[in-house]
Order: sequence, then structure tokens, then C-alpha cells
Amino acid sequence: MPVFWLALIVLALAAIGYVTGRARALSSGGGNIRNLHSLPAYYGWHVALMVLVPAFAIMVVWLLVQPVMVNGSVSGGLPEGAVAEDTTLDLVMSDVRRVAEGLDAAVASGGMTPEEAQSSTIDLDGLRDRLGAVGVALGSEVSPEILNAAQSYRGLTATGRFWMTLVVLLAAIGGFVFAMRRTRADFRARNVVESGIRALLLGAASIAILTTIGIVLSLVFNTIEFFRLYPAADFFFGLTWSPSFGGGSELGILPLLWGTFYISLIALAVAVPIGLFAAIYLSEYAGPKVRAVAKPLLEVLAGIPTIVYGLFALLTVGPLLLGIFGDEGLGWMQAGTAVMTAGVVMGIMLIPFVSSLSDDIINAVPQAMRDGSYGLGATRSETIRQVVLPAALPGIVGAILLAASRAIGETMIVVLGAGAAARLSLNPFDAMTTVTAKIVSQLTGDADFASPEALVAFALGMTLFIVTLGLNVLALYIVRKYREQYE
Amino acid sequence: MYDAVNTEQSVQQTETKISARNVQVYYGDTHAIKDVDVDIADKTVTAFIGPSGCGKSTFLRCLNRMNDTIDICRVEGRIELDGEDIYDPKVDPVQLRAKVGMVFQKPNPFPKSIYDNIAYGPRIHGMARNKAELDEIVERALRRGAIWDEVKDRLDAPGTGLSGGQQQRLCIARAVATEPEVLLMDEPCSALDPIATAQVEELIDELRQNYSVVIVTHSMQQAARVSQKTAFFHLGNLVEFGDTSQIFTNPEDPRTESYITGRIG
Amino acid sequence: MTDAANTPAPSDMTPAKGSLHVLDARTKKRNAAEARFRIYGLSAVVIGLVFLVVLLTTILSNGVGAFQQTFISAQVYLDPAKLDKKGERDIEDIKKVSTFGYTPLIQQALFDKVQELGVETPLDSAKDMKALISASAAAIVRDEVIANPDLIGQTVEFRLLAASRVDGYLKGRVTREAVARDKNIDAEHLDLVDALREAGVIAKGFNLSFITGADASESRPEQAGLGVSMLGSFFMMLVVLALSLPIGVAASIYLEEFAPKNRLTDIIEVNISNLAAVPSIVFGILGLAVFIQFMHLPQSAPLVGGLVLTLMTLPTIIISTRASLKAVPPSIRDAALGVGASKMQSVFHHVLPLAMPGILTGTIIGLAQALGETAPLLLIGMVGYIATNYPDGLAGGFVDPNSAMPAQIYEWAKRADPAYYERAWGGIIILLVFLMTMNIIAILLRRRFERRW
Repeated sequence: MPVFWLALIVLALAAIGYVTGRARALSSGGGNIRNLHSLPAYYGWHVALMVLVPAFAIMVVWLLVQPVMVNGSVSGGLPEGAVAEDTTLDLVMSDVRRVAEGLDAAVASGGMTPEEAQSSTIDLDGLRDRLGAVGVALGSEVSPEILNAAQSYRGLTATGRFWMTLVVLLAAIGGFVFAMRRTRADFRARNVVESGIRALLLGAASIAILTTIGIVLSLVFNTIEFFRLYPAADFFFGLTWSPSFGGGSELGILPLLWGTFYISLIALAVAVPIGLFAAIYLSEYAGPKVRAVAKPLLEVLAGIPTIVYGLFALLTVGPLLLGIFGDEGLGWMQAGTAVMTAGVVMGIMLIPFVSSLSDDIINAVPQAMRDGSYGLGATRSETIRQVVLPAALPGIVGAILLAASRAIGETMIVVLGAGAAARLSLNPFDAMTTVTAKIVSQLTGDADFASPEALVAFALGMTLFIVTLGLNVLALYIVRKYREQYE
Repeated sequence: MYDAVNTEQSVQQTETKISARNVQVYYGDTHAIKDVDVDIADKTVTAFIGPSGCGKSTFLRCLNRMNDTIDICRVEGRIELDGEDIYDPKVDPVQLRAKVGMVFQKPNPFPKSIYDNIAYGPRIHGMARNKAELDEIVERALRRGAIWDEVKDRLDAPGTGLSGGQQQRLCIARAVATEPEVLLMDEPCSALDPIATAQVEELIDELRQNYSVVIVTHSMQQAARVSQKTAFFHLGNLVEFGDTSQIFTNPEDPRTESYITGRIG
Repeated sequence: MTDAANTPAPSDMTPAKGSLHVLDARTKKRNAAEARFRIYGLSAVVIGLVFLVVLLTTILSNGVGAFQQTFISAQVYLDPAKLDKKGERDIEDIKKVSTFGYTPLIQQALFDKVQELGVETPLDSAKDMKALISASAAAIVRDEVIANPDLIGQTVEFRLLAASRVDGYLKGRVTREAVARDKNIDAEHLDLVDALREAGVIAKGFNLSFITGADASESRPEQAGLGVSMLGSFFMMLVVLALSLPIGVAASIYLEEFAPKNRLTDIIEVNISNLAAVPSIVFGILGLAVFIQFMHLPQSAPLVGGLVLTLMTLPTIIISTRASLKAVPPSIRDAALGVGASKMQSVFHHVLPLAMPGILTGTIIGLAQALGETAPLLLIGMVGYIATNYPDGLAGGFVDPNSAMPAQIYEWAKRADPAYYERAWGGIIILLVFLMTMNIIAILLRRRFERRW
């Protein structure tokens, strides 16, 4: 039974549960609401929730766990020779899954009987074409081991599905019966429903934790896998980045880190002075009218998607800089894509980020501080430079760290504007590349996921995650300490 | 409205430092101060009293143009410091505030060291030629602020680390450091405990030797203790102005009497 | 800070002794420093605004061209001898004729037109017309014939796409100097184009298929449209809305109203604020590893894109929802509790409805952010996929491979063809129109329902 129908049946059962639970409560209270502990709807909800929550919880967990279990059991059952020298278990397993998928599709389209699909006498020679005909193209002829594995894969999956359907339905019905038996006039339905809802709310809040765990696990496992194939020391201290999908790649992160750092530095050099001065002007000098116009306009810059900035870098700023610094001008620049291009455009993107954060922070400096300074005869600029800014300094440092973390994690601008060559150079008009840009290029190529050239992306992602996380934690800590000071 | 001229005779022994005539203050459409005339004498403590929202603080802030920092505030009339109109377009409020210092309701030391708090004013006004002179100014100001003995060993400690009373005396010292001629105090003790209040009041009495002090206060006892002259404000009007002893013992206006006896406030 | 204020000045400049009506030298200097500082601030604001103006004008000036396309009107004789040799008008026979059968007819039609107009040109065969006509033209004619076989044998007026180079020439993108190095088209063709434009055979017109059409192969920029990827974005946004609004609201209610002060709550709070700042590409890695590698969900599917973007926007939505819940004054909760409502009832009956406008505003802004996000989509295969087919049906919309608007723009930008650059800019205009609309709705919502307590 497809999951969709199963879900629908459970939902229908819940709906029935709502109606009957409500009716049963009313009748047990003699038809008078006043005899009930809670409003009748709560009795209905009680039954509905008892049906829905356990059934769906089982279903979700089952759907997540079953493929992993089946995979493990099938790959454990593969004979010794099935994984050839030049391939990996993952690749073989993906073949197995495709063949199984193909058999499913063939059965579904009527091109094969279910018995034939599971029989060991199936004709191997014609199988590739028959599967191709139903839309599952295979890279090679099907070997008997793979067919065998695919058939056991199908068998296990089908059995799993059957048991899942059974267990889910039982859980739903069990919940229904259990809830109905509890439904009496003096049953505290509201309290039970409310604590159930509370648990659901907690579950929703925990998704944030699950996301983090998901990120960490997906990075950690693949990174460990990568370090098994490629020495960690070479990765962290290598000065060359030259992946070649044929093998013999040099995957040193240092050139990428340097590119990332350099571009971020230029971006901050553009964004911090402009953003900070803009924030100072808007919060300390500008009249309400100017502020009402200029502030939202500046923030429009923050609402523009990064792909737009990427295109702007590639097609507008790059050629513009090339005209000035290229061979026809000063001769420092070979191509439009360069550290400078990406850095300047990223700086523009970060201006509103820096300015609105600084604005908040400058506004958090108490007015009494300014009054104290004005009262001594200080001018506005003296007050800002010598009282407001020093007082706001920790907050501003936090804002700059957050901006730096943004710059380090930015992808589209560097993918389009910075170039693809990894090099260690001091010339800001050279093309360089960054950690994020290489994550994209290593994972969007045709590389096999098990090769170090693809897995390195996870190690890069891990580095990126740790660096940005560190910056964020530090920045948030500083900003919070700063706010507490004036609260 | 009692004419300020009536009261002038009783203070003729000291010269007039600030004289205000027909002062009106508007906050947007609100008429906050109505037609106030007052003369503030040199080397005297003048107290402004009155119920909350009567305009005494607003008027105080007119005297060193602190109201300029509020966009919607408009001041009319004439206020003279030593015979010069302080709202003349030629006047730079920055120069004015160097002459008319101010201490605020809540102690507001800058988040800097004690030394830098005091040195801030002298530095921006360029009062010291070198470090030694600046040190001297700082020490003198701290002594005048009656806090030197408590902080002389920790001039590098942050000013925000002091107790409330110490902070307020630090702020007074900071205001004194720029050598003002008039010192405005906006409820300087309202955030302090009784002991700190007593210390600050004692200090105010000493400051009278050198400065003209104007103090806004909520506490009538405080006005009676520290001031020689008292002005009573009510609903934006200056109701009565005269010698403190006279106002507290024999007020001429029934509103003053009601306030002093606790019937309005 | 190098102003005079820091350096002690001679004490003969001690203030307060001179007249108020005379500015002393030091005050003048300080006022000059003040004016300079103010100008720095003002110029920073102006620079920021100039960047905005430059960015927007660049987008507009480069992108509007994509909404115009060059068309050739031609009377094509649908020769029965070529299209239906048996003459039986059997639809199966007609379908057997591929686009190659139609191309010569179209070229002939255009050539006839040139002859009829009497244009002087060294191009003397129908085949020379190839460079002017889009490769898509034959498919358009063929589709029309298959839909209506009775047309065979007639001369039918078609409005066909001109080739990308011709389009570029009319828009000024392709210049005569550039053509000298171009093997697709040469100067004689351009002369002919000029003549045909005079005669009204070639003209620019509004290009609806750019907005509604599908993507095309790399060599046919004139045919490419954003329609399919727009649908991809639409289905992704449905997923994001359906998941992030309920989950975000539930999580916020828990944290704001029910969470006890304990370790778990702290961990969740720290997690959310950190997730909000995790680079979007990392969410792409998560999507690739968990949804595609681990759960074996289909690649390039809007469903997966939507899931990834949900996880990415959730922190934003939670943060803004919590702010709107916090803005509902405690007196409302107390009032509900005071008449005997349970905590849950006070939240769901009173607090939540009052906070709803704020929550919706935050959600729309979160959706707008998700709509423009590109980086995570790169990793789950929504780039590189050529979105030429409309999804069939609702379920297909979620699981069939598709692209998304920003991914499509990126794809076009990568094709390194000025004709595609124009389309990328045009795509940005459409994307920005969507984002602007969403933000305006959010602002109006806020204005309309904003409550001051």
C-alpha cells in the first residue's frame, strides 16, 4: 500500500475518532456539557491525537530507518567478488537500487509479471533493454550477483512495507480504542490534549537541534571518509589545490583559505567604513525625514538576492575594473574575475548589514551618555568619536565579526566573480577562489561521490562551518555582553 | 505672576549672572514654559522647585541650550549670560556649554577611566598644554568634587565601577573641570541614597564659593538646605521667586503654600 | 582620530573667559572638524544609495531587452509533397516527418519573400536564409501542422523567432565589427536584415514566451524562457510555506510561552541563533547528504529544494515570530488566565491571533529570502538540469526534476553567450518583481494591522 493511502486512512480514522470521541463524551455526560470535565471538542481532539501521533511517528521513523536497514542487509549479503577492484560498495549498491527500481517500474507498467521479476531464471541478456524501455537506463549489463541482490532488495523492501502498513494501522486502531475507552464525562481531556500539544510544540522547537545534528553528522561522516582516502596533514597544510578526477589530486586547503580571507578582507574594507559612517549619519545627524527615506533604501541592498550580485560582479564590475586595471589600463589585471571584483561587490552587499547592525548598537548607547558630553560643551562629532563609539565598540566589533562570517560563507558572488584558479598571490587583481566556490565545483561535477575529489567538499564544508560558527558564537557573545551592559 | 523685580532688592548684594525675560518654550504644539522672568545671581545656589512636569527641568535646560538637541523644541524670549544673549545666532552652543556646565539626574559617567572622564572636557576645550597640566586640572577637579581621596589610587579604574554617590560626585567634578561660571544641576540627588545625598549637598554648598549654582530638585527639604534663592514653578509658570527662607516660611502665593504644605504635588 | 581635540592646546585658549558672541579660534577649528565628520557620514549614505541606483539601472538597462524578441513573419507553403507523401493526411504519417523536413520550407518561404521584395543581396539560395531563422522555427511549424493537418497544401502566415544573432543585431548587442569574427552570420546577412526590417518582415515584439516558456539548449538563446523554472520555484515555495509556517509558529510558541528555563531550552535558543548565521551553502551540503544520499529522495526535485530552504528559513521565521509574540503585552495573557482559561487557551485564543499579522509579515519576508537563494540549490542538482519540460500534474510538480528561478539565472550566466546574459538580467528583473511584490505585501500587512499597545 503506498504511503499516501496509508496516511489518508490514518487521517480518516482520526477524523472519525474526533466525531465519535466527542459524541461519546457528550452521551456519557447525559448530553449536558456541564457534566463534562472539559469542552466536548477536547474529547474529540484527544481521540484524534491518539490516532494520529503514534501512527505518524512510527511511519516517519520506519520510512527513515528501513532504507538504511535494507541497504545494510543487502550489501552484507553480496558475495565476495561482487565489488570489483575499480569500484566501491556504494557504487555497486546504487546499481542494485537502480535495477530494483527498474524491476518495480517494469512490473508497474505491465511489462513483467511480479513472479518473473523475483524469479532467478529471468533472462539477463534482455534485461537491460527491458528496464531501459520503462525509463530506467543502466550503465552496463546486469550481472547475476547484482540481479540477485536487487531481487533480495525488492523482497526486503516489500516485506518492510507490509509490516510498516500493518504496524501503523495497528497503532492507529490501538490509539483509537485506547482513547475511546478513556473517554468518560470525568476524564480530564483538556489537560491530556494540552500536554500532548505541548509535546508537539517542543518537537517543533527541537527541529533546530535536529538540523544542527544533521549538518554536523553529514559533514563529519563524509569528512572522516575523506581523511581515510587523503591524509589530513596534506589537506590542512598543502599549498597546492589541483584536483584531477583521474586521481593524483593535490587537495591543499591553504590557497582556498587565502582566497576566502583576501576577498572577505576587501569586502570588509568596503563595507565597514561606508556602513559605519552611514549608520552614524543616519542615527546621529539625519532628520527624521531623511532617515525615513534613506534607511529603507539602503536596506533594499540587503534584500537583493546574492545571484544578482554575482551577475553584477561577472558582467558589470569585472569588465569595468578590467578596463581600468587591465592590459589597456594599468596592466595589473588579466581577467574580469578577480579577488577585487568579488570583494568590492561583496562589500556593497554587506553595507546594509553593517549599517543596520551598527545603527542598533549606536542607538543602544544611552542618551544620558550623549547629554553628559554635550553638557560639557562637546560638539556632535566629538561626542560620537570619543563617547558614543568607544561605548559602542564591543557591539560594533561583534557586528563586524558577523559581517565577516557572512563574507566567508558567501557563495554566489565568488562563484561568478572571483575566478576558478586556486592560487596564493598578493595581487588583488588576480583571480583566486574560495572554500565555498570549491564546494560547489567539487559537488556539481560528474565526480563519483566516493572519490576524494568529491569528498573533499565535505571537509571544506566542515572547515567553513567551524570557522563561521566560531565567528558567530564569538560575535553573539560580544553583542550580548554589550547589550547587558546597558540594560 | 509675581514680578521678579520685587525679589531683586533682597539679593542686591550679589550681581546677576543670568537673566531671563519672557521665556517661552514649546515642544511641538505644547506650551511647556510660559512667560518666565528670572534673575540668577552669581555665587549663589538657586533652587527650582515644583511638582512633576511643571517645566523646571525644561527651563534649566534652556540655560545652556541643551534643548537644542531636541528637534521639536523651540525657545522664545531672551536669556542673557553676563549681559550677552545666549540665543543670539552668533553664539555657538559649544562655547556656551563650556561656560554653563551641567550635572544630570542620573549619574552618567562615560565608560572610560576616572581620569579620562575628568580630562574629557579639558581635552576637548584644549585647556592643558601638556600632560602635567592636565594632571593638575584633573586633581583640582576631583578635589573640588570632594572625591579625590576616594579615587586618587585608582584613576585608571573605569568610572562606571564607582558607587552611585561617587559616580555623581565624579560627574560634578567632570563638570567643574572645564572651569564653568555657572553649574546647572538637574535633580542631582534623585538617584542617590541619603548618605550620598548628604555628601553631594555638602559639595554643592562648597561650590557656591566659586560658581553660580542652579539646582532643580523634587525635595523641598533639599531646596531649603542648600539654596539661598528659590523659584517655584507650576504648570509652566514661574509662580514665585525669592529668598529661600521667605518662600518656605512666608510664601506670598497660595499655590506655593499649597505645594509646600503638601497639598499639590 | 587626529583632530585637534585630542592634543592639548596652549592654555591661553582656555575657554569661557571671552565673549559668547565671538567665536574663538579653537571653536572655529572644532566646528570645521565637525563639518568634515558630518560630510563623511553624508557621503557614506550617498555612496550606498549610488550603489543601489547603479545596481538597479544596470539590471534594468541590461534586462529589458529580454522582454523583446525579434520575429520574422513568413508565408510558409506547407508542401504536401514533402510533409505528407502518401497524401492520406494520416496523422501517424505526418508525425514521421521530423523538423528537418520543415526547415527547407521555411527557408524557401523567407527566400521567396526576399525575391519578392527585390532586395539586392549576394545571398542567392534558400539555404543562405538559415542564419536568420531560429532553429526552433521548424518545430513551431511542425507542431502547428500536427495540431491541424488540414493546413497541408496551404500557404500559412507564421510569426517565427529570428536567430539569436539577428535579435542581437536589432538590439545593438551584435555589432558589425563583431560579426567579422563570427562564423554563424556575416555582413551580407546583416544587410539583408536591414532591408527586411525596412519592409516590416523582421520586427521586434513583446516576448511572452520569455516569461512563460521553457529553457532551451545552449545554442538557442532566442527560445529560452523562465516559465518552467518559475513553476519549480513556485512548488518549492509551497513546500517552504507548508512546513516552515506551522513548524516555525509551533517552535516560537513553545520557546516564548511554555519553555521552562532549563538546559534544553538554552540549547535550542543557542542553536536557532547560530543556525540563522550558518552559510546557506552548508544547508546545501546537508540537503545533499541527508535528503539525497541518505534518504534517496529524487535529485533536482522541488520537494528537496523546498525541504532545504525550509530548514534554512526556519530560524528567520522563528526569530520574527518570537518578536511578534513578545510584542503582545502580558496583560492580554493575564486577562485570559484571569477568566479561567488554561495557558494553552490563552495562547491559542488570544495571543496568537493578535500576533498573526506580525507572524505573516515575518513569514513573507522569510519566503522572499528563500525565493532568491541559489547556493544550496546548486548542490542538490537544481542547476545544470535543463528545465525544458513543464511538470505534469501536482505530484509531478514536487518530485519531477526542475530548476528554480535563481538557479536558472545562474545557469544562463554560465553559458557565456551575450544573448544568454541578456536573459539572465531579464530573469533578475522578474525575480526582483516577485521579491518586491512580496515585500510590499509584507509592508502593507504591517501598516494595516500594526497595533500600538
